[in-house]
Amino acid sequence: MNNGSQTLDRSVRGRAGAANDAPASGRARRSRNRSSQLAAWAFLTPLTVYLLAFYAYPLYRNLDLSLRDYTVYSFVHGGAPFTGFANYTAVIHDPTFVKALVNTLLFTFISLLFQFTIGMALAVFFAQHFPLSPILRALFLVPWLLPLIVSASTWSWMLDSGSGVVNYGLHFLGIGPVNWLTSPSWSLASVIIANIWIGIPFNLVLLYSGIQAIPATLSEAAAIDGAGPWTKFRRITFPLLRPVSAITLMLGMVYTLKVFDIIWIMTKGGPVDASTTFATWSYRLGFGNLLPEFGPGAAVGNLLVVMALIAGLVYIRVQRRQAA
Amino acid sequence: MNKALKRRGKTVVGVVLTALMLFPVYWMVNASFTTDANLRKNPPNLIPIGGTLAGYRAVLSQQLPYLSNSLLIGLLTVALTLVVSAPAGYALAKLRPKGGGILSFALLVAQMIPGIIMAMGFYAILLSTGWINTIPGLVVADSTIAVPFAVLIFTAFMSAIPEELLQAAVTDGAGRFRTFWSIVLPVSRNAVVTVSLFAFLWAWSDFVFASTLDSGGGNQPITLGIYHYIGNNDQQWNAIMATAVVASIPATVLLVIAQKYVAAGITAGSVKD
Repeated sequence: MNNGSQTLDRSVRGRAGAANDAPASGRARRSRNRSSQLAAWAFLTPLTVYLLAFYAYPLYRNLDLSLRDYTVYSFVHGGAPFTGFANYTAVIHDPTFVKALVNTLLFTFISLLFQFTIGMALAVFFAQHFPLSPILRALFLVPWLLPLIVSASTWSWMLDSGSGVVNYGLHFLGIGPVNWLTSPSWSLASVIIANIWIGIPFNLVLLYSGIQAIPATLSEAAAIDGAGPWTKFRRITFPLLRPVSAITLMLGMVYTLKVFDIIWIMTKGGPVDASTTFATWSYRLGFGNLLPEFGPGAAVGNLLVVMALIAGLVYIRVQRRQAA
Repeated sequence: MNKALKRRGKTVVGVVLTALMLFPVYWMVNASFTTDANLRKNPPNLIPIGGTLAGYRAVLSQQLPYLSNSLLIGLLTVALTLVVSAPAGYALAKLRPKGGGILSFALLVAQMIPGIIMAMGFYAILLSTGWINTIPGLVVADSTIAVPFAVLIFTAFMSAIPEELLQAAVTDGAGRFRTFWSIVLPVSRNAVVTVSLFAFLWAWSDFVFASTLDSGGGNQPITLGIYHYIGNNDQQWNAIMATAVVASIPATVLLVIAQKYVAAGITAGSVKD
């Protein structure tokens, strides 16, 4: 449908261009053009107002928060003194900073690695069209659709030290109980496991739709040449899937950098910062303590925005290059 | 014969994989029917024998206000999202506005901004306007999750409407608004459904905005209902899991009645240009 709409759009555009080139009366054309621009922007007005009021303005307020020394009083009544980058330097020299940075990167890349690998394996598997495959594939979407608080609390329950089913399973294998959520050496692993589970469907769907777009004749020709399934994957599916893979990974990175709910609900970033990322640190500074520190919280948040935007711009570049 | 056997083997593998993947969901349902005493038992009950409905009774007696708040918030978010994004999609797809490219780029960037940053900005704004802990305040914040995605979907979908159809309407004397309202919108029914489903689901599932902008008073959504349960020191997993099951109903309904829209939505949000 995507390709169809693009070609259609392009052909329509081409036709409109031809009409414009015709020696019609210039003034009439210009006025029609202006009225059409007016109409276009009339339809865009709600969105423009919306973006300014509910995206640009909150972001501006956030930036303002990060550049001033706010107290609870001045937060409500205004008049906080401008302190420049003081909040940023304070945050960067905070002992939590390095921990949060490392955790954010570990969380993002380990999650992506497993989500992508498992998603790819499943996509290849489901592309074989066996009985029941459409319905099973649909069921795989469930983790992605559940509210994050539901998934996070379910995983908390499964990873419970005393009565969790995961420790019960390990006991079965002769492994002693692990304090998944309460031990500093395991809490980051716990939230990563939950996040991988949530992200698999997204990778599966995107990669599956990518595989669908590969012409079946290629695979058939390879089979005639005697290629086995692994050779077919390595020589045909994987190389042809590279554009879709790049987009899946980049988009996954943008999404994973900002994950907050799962970590906060399962561990609150603890114990002692063991699973703190920029997202949870920012939240804890602004909302997690009795005495909120909005300035530093906003500063951490803006550092996260920068990271997300870098990932995002790379994504846009990759996408543009492929569209061209 | 051999081939048929192989296909059946794949189905078996597929069923096993799906069961593994969905085990946490099953475990949640299982816990929602198991008494708290049995939940602490070792080995755990793999099926809820001697089950209880106490968790669901707790949902009925304590969580109904949260659920109805979430329903209202979800519906209002859908309405706001549609009003903002459908006309914009039409303009970007068909009216070739000058500066439309910048707007599309702004939308792409908007999608990348972490919710927690928006939450902090919104907190400052809602506090000064007195909309903190109100439903409209949360609806506005929740809609920011859906609007960029919605414009993308509408633009992609409406680009595919044949120009002839719109030209015919103009020939019949319809203005642009009339064309939009009585031709473009009805033809775009699938896009409207997809956008509404996702906007509702995201608003229903939202936790970041709820916990920052609406965590006091009587307007809290179901995600906070669950969160308060978890926060209690004597974690009643039976009641928590029962609430979680109820909170999953919209996602389940969505999957059953609108599966093709869900998959389409995921792909459209990324692969489409």
